[in-house]
Amino acid sequence: MADKSVKIRGKVKDGVAGVKTLISHPMETGTRRNAETGELIPAHYIEEVVFSHNGNDILTAYWGTSVSKNPYSAFSIKSAAPGDTVAVRWTDNTGASGANEITLK
Amino acid sequence: MEISSTRRSFIKGLVAIGALLALPATVLAALVRPSAAFDSKELDASIKSLFGDLPVEASDRVNLKAPEIAENGAVVPITISTDIEGVESISVIIENNPNPLSANFNLTDAVEAKIATRVKMGQSSPVRALVKANGKVYYSTKEVKVTIGGCGG
Amino acid sequence: MNLTKLIALLLVTVVVSAAQADPEADRLAFRELYQQKFPAVDLAEFKDGVYAIDEKMREQWLEMEDFPAYEIAIDEGEELYETPFANGKTYADCFGDDPGIKHNYPIFDESVAEVITLEVAINKCREDNAEKPLPWLVGELAEISAYMAFSTRGKSFDIKIDSAAAQEAYENGKQFYYTRRGQMNFECRSCHQQNVGHMLRAEKISPSLGHTTHWPVYRGSWQYVGNIHKRFQECNIQVRAVPFEAQSAEYRNLEYFLTYMSNGMELNGPGSRR
Repeated sequence: MADKSVKIRGKVKDGVAGVKTLISHPMETGTRRNAETGELIPAHYIEEVVFSHNGNDILTAYWGTSVSKNPYSAFSIKSAAPGDTVAVRWTDNTGASGANEITLK
Repeated sequence: MEISSTRRSFIKGLVAIGALLALPATVLAALVRPSAAFDSKELDASIKSLFGDLPVEASDRVNLKAPEIAENGAVVPITISTDIEGVESISVIIENNPNPLSANFNLTDAVEAKIATRVKMGQSSPVRALVKANGKVYYSTKEVKVTIGGCGG
Repeated sequence: MNLTKLIALLLVTVVVSAAQADPEADRLAFRELYQQKFPAVDLAEFKDGVYAIDEKMREQWLEMEDFPAYEIAIDEGEELYETPFANGKTYADCFGDDPGIKHNYPIFDESVAEVITLEVAINKCREDNAEKPLPWLVGELAEISAYMAFSTRGKSFDIKIDSAAAQEAYENGKQFYYTRRGQMNFECRSCHQQNVGHMLRAEKISPSLGHTTHWPVYRGSWQYVGNIHKRFQECNIQVRAVPFEAQSAEYRNLEYFLTYMSNGMELNGPGSRR
């Protein structure tokens, strides 16, 4: 499941898990032009990201092209414990996908 | 002809409702990407597409943290939080972007109503944070200035 | 005293003072200049660049540092660093077991009588092991130096000038810094000392003290990690001067001088900038 495209950090404090994720992705808008050829660079962006906790989907993000390159997200899980798993899976407009999972400390 | 067609639609509708009722709640809540809202170039149309006819009102309970002057329009850090109960979704709209809707986060009860993200801004613009909860949409807006430069470091 | 004698005396004075130029005295004067401009700022904070002197920008920067995009480059760099060359050797055979050595660079290599930056050293290591050198400014070389910079975090610059030849390279770098160039006719000093902290259009100008502590850098305007010579080129272009080649003697000497000015300062690269 490990995938270099997704970096996840999670830390449990007082039963709440703070989770931060960074996904390696160009997030091309489709409106930029190649500086040399002048051709439009096709849109290439993540459309959907699902965050899960111990296998349950807890947060689903839909993105447009204006989410920054290498998208960052942070959120907190209300009730979590060390040893719980947090997973992220994404799909983009070209059908490509990636996923990763960590065990909370 | 006319009657039977209507009746057929009616029966179809009944079957559809029956099928929906038979499904477990989790599947009923299954999410679909609001593509039309993302594709829309108009602020109002995008909001309408995202939330339908739900009432939309400004609320100081929606807390939007965004820089007054963005260091770089390509990476503007945004944090949205609220103390409103029962939040279903948190969305970010950059009013002056070609496609205003930037992100739409759908929450479950397991997640605190606080999301941080980073967005692109083509120019200075009001940034709007929208929170959907209890059949209403609450929002707050903050003006973010975007400058062009190249001498930081 | 007639005029000829006076001129001769002046010339002698100039020559003698140039020969006696003392990098350590330069460094202390350099620090003093920034301390006088920013009496309330601990000079060690200048490792953070302009964020040492702008609270609002600092806040956004810290948010970026929360999960900076350069972390992807560090990972890539680590993998590249660990991957053996075709001959079975690795970068560790060139640099030793600890990749955290950026605080020693640039080094003046007496054997070739030239300033060797970390990037030059990485490519030399590759060539010594029959690998092709990498492009200087961005990509794999920047990723490897990002990993090495990350491994060096917390250590302080320890740049040495131990010979007349090294001193000459330092002097050349210093001269570059204080030479007017381009249609704007600016020295590096014009912006980064005389107008440091002031706005240049929408930008707050960064201090030269600490300029080299945090490289390579992921710049928002680049959207990738790049090496400092790319920034030197941009700076030259901004004053409408013709930029030098990356890793040219001019830029290597400039980096040597600038880094010596930051001697003793903590390294915290790679960095993220707007």
